[in-house]
Amino acid sequence: MVNISKSFGDVKANDNISFSVNYGEIYSLLGENGAGKSTLVNMLSGIYTPDSGDIYVHGERLRLASPADSISSGIGMIHQHFKLINVMTAMENIAIGQEHGFLFRKKKVKDKIEDICSRYGFRLEPEKLVRDMSVGEKQTVEILKVLYRGADILILDEPTAVLTPQETERLFDILLRMKEQGCAIIIITHKLHEVMEISDRVSVLRRGEIAGTVNTQETSPMELTSMMVGKKVTLSIERPPVKSDDIMLEVRDLSLIDRDSIKKLDRVSFSVRAGEILGVAGVAGSGQKELCESIQGLERRKRGGILFKGENISHLTPRAIFEKGLRISFIPEDRLGMGLVPTMDLVDNVILKDYYLQKGIFLDREPARQRAEHIVKMLNVHTPSIYHPVNKLSGGNIQKVLLGREIDSAPDFLVTAYPTRGLDIGSAHLIYDELNRQKERGVGILYVGEDLNILLSLCDRIMVMFEGRIIGTVDAATATKEELGLMMLGEVTGGVNSND
Amino acid sequence: MIKMSARTDCSAKESAAIRGGAIILALVTVSFFIMILGHNPFSVYGSMIEGAFGTVYRITETLRKSIPLIVASLGISLAFRLKFWNIGAEGQIMMGAMGATFCALTFPDLSSWLLLPMMGAASIICGGIWGAIPAYFRAKWRTNETIFTLMMNYVALKWLTYLQYGPWKDPAALGFPKIPGFSPNAVLPNVFGLHAGWIIAIVLVIIIHLFINHTQRGYEISVVGGSENTGRYAGMNVKAVIIYTIFLSGGICGLCGMIEASGVNRTLSVGITMGAGYTAIITSWLSSLKAPVIPVVCVLFAAMIQGGTFIQMAFQIPQSAAQILQGTILFFVLGSEFFVRYRVSFIKNIKAGGEK
Repeated sequence: MVNISKSFGDVKANDNISFSVNYGEIYSLLGENGAGKSTLVNMLSGIYTPDSGDIYVHGERLRLASPADSISSGIGMIHQHFKLINVMTAMENIAIGQEHGFLFRKKKVKDKIEDICSRYGFRLEPEKLVRDMSVGEKQTVEILKVLYRGADILILDEPTAVLTPQETERLFDILLRMKEQGCAIIIITHKLHEVMEISDRVSVLRRGEIAGTVNTQETSPMELTSMMVGKKVTLSIERPPVKSDDIMLEVRDLSLIDRDSIKKLDRVSFSVRAGEILGVAGVAGSGQKELCESIQGLERRKRGGILFKGENISHLTPRAIFEKGLRISFIPEDRLGMGLVPTMDLVDNVILKDYYLQKGIFLDREPARQRAEHIVKMLNVHTPSIYHPVNKLSGGNIQKVLLGREIDSAPDFLVTAYPTRGLDIGSAHLIYDELNRQKERGVGILYVGEDLNILLSLCDRIMVMFEGRIIGTVDAATATKEELGLMMLGEVTGGVNSND
Repeated sequence: MIKMSARTDCSAKESAAIRGGAIILALVTVSFFIMILGHNPFSVYGSMIEGAFGTVYRITETLRKSIPLIVASLGISLAFRLKFWNIGAEGQIMMGAMGATFCALTFPDLSSWLLLPMMGAASIICGGIWGAIPAYFRAKWRTNETIFTLMMNYVALKWLTYLQYGPWKDPAALGFPKIPGFSPNAVLPNVFGLHAGWIIAIVLVIIIHLFINHTQRGYEISVVGGSENTGRYAGMNVKAVIIYTIFLSGGICGLCGMIEASGVNRTLSVGITMGAGYTAIITSWLSSLKAPVIPVVCVLFAAMIQGGTFIQMAFQIPQSAAQILQGTILFFVLGSEFFVRYRVSFIKNIKAGGEK
């Protein structure tokens, strides 16, 4: 790619970017959110067209006007969010749009898939339905799909975001095999250690420009971070000790069966002390969301007990809990779809939980205005004004508004689900620091996370969920990533149950 | 190749320019059509304006036509704020008119001071219930409100037809299927030469504006409209919010039916709505659901209808031709919304794709 530029409105997403990838090489694109990584590869895969600049493949200048052009040039994109059809088999998903005859020649397709599998070391059951697959298997199907179409340049967007450590390792093995076979591989990521582990060269993107391209062997995580952020940052997370032995929240035999009669939670029991951060690890969809919503009172179909400061709140609605003076703050996974009203400004979002306490039928926004200004100052939210719709803010600032509102209500207990998902390193550390400040205030915190490194360094204990059950709870100071990874896959091994 | 991209940076000035440009383009396009018919476009347009605003009588007529649009648009805007796509204003207007007519026919001798408020209340309740039925099913079982409210229109129309041809048929009309005229007590008085519906419309604009922007209930509507899950998360009773908001929405449309029956027709007939329930969907959308903007848009819309009627007579243009003019303007204005939201650019196609 030579001198590529692309703007959206007034925003320059990519500014004069050039880079090249060789066959038989793994190349990483590293950058914070909003640095322009996705825009760049979307131009390679034909989803966007560059405003200026040229793309060369095999030395030939191309104009990629659509994904079809891109595929025919041998470029295959594996998106972060899989684009598969759930009710079809792996084989059908792979061959979709590729078989132009009237009949589906199953035998021929199957042979070709098996040929590719044996060449690169994939394991796949071609007849398995996608909806019955694990995340790792789905990703395999995605990769096979582009290989089947003859791609020899593969682009993977955040490929490890949803994988367990073991699945990640398998993926890396396959990528190395592909590299040996002469494929060019581009990985987009913001995980430093993966860049160090697998790639040959890495380019760091910052604010739409290339901040530098280096050989992985000649660099260090520290150097890459400084390039990403543009200044030196400390990557350490503190873990102040737990001071109290008082139990803040106790969950007893919590079960939940959803509308489709699927068991989402299965006799979950645990407790959180005041001033303790209890981490929750698990593959996505293991019941974390249901657990959080049950504690906050949103989930109505649950059975079992939830004791908050000794009082059973399992049957109460969020507002009833609030009215009892019990402050449970909840930072949901879906910030704009649940935590905030996307089209409203900061003031209207700040007032969301206590607007109804005002007397009379009218709504006075003055107190909320002051609180919004306080939050903007306290957490350094970048916004043109407090009357700016929150969906026009960047991901990090949206999260700061949400966190600010929840902390500002002086909570006793904080439930957070993936609070730093999609945030850049700088914003993420701000959030960790704020959580630690709340911890020192004596707030009990349930932290649902996905990055095992963060879970291990931030939390006091980590509870691992698998298919709605608690597989085990470990002490974060002594546990290892491998141990957690095995537990996330449902294998009860070294899980020391250190419930009080 | 044509490329479209969403724009978020469209300033108020730009969007006004785009919309103004659309109207001019529409007028230019229709000019050709008028010339084919053998008329001078400038004089036709001039007469349209004259027909809508030329004399006191014409202004009154224009305003009279705008009142049902304003009231129904206000009702619809409440539902649309909730992202409840209420297409049922037409039926809600009819039900409201039926409720009002029931009171007018049952108590013709009651004093105006009692009868008119009674008719108003009956129309709000009838229209409100007609809205609340689909709202209940939507809140409870997530049925599709667009189809549901649309179907409710036909049910309301058939009810009205039944009443007109059956129980409420005027025995004094010698078998002609019409509902009896209202007693003078049941007719809205004239204030400054126009029936008092205009006062109701203005008061409603102010109330709805205050309600949406400065009350707790109004805030809840905005929250649930923005994101139902956020409403749940904040502890709101989302189902109740949906049901009572749509009750209000339907109720205001019902009141529109009472104003038309009592102020304009002084009776009830199947043609009571004049299509206001559908036209108001357009006007409330064009006003971006903002109460203070609704009267402006509705008066302009009514002027277009009134002016169109006038040129039929002045130039002997057939009615259908006048409607083509209205339709074209509408097409361009609604079409221009696309350009407010998207930026269109042209890219030269150098070479599509590449050889392997």
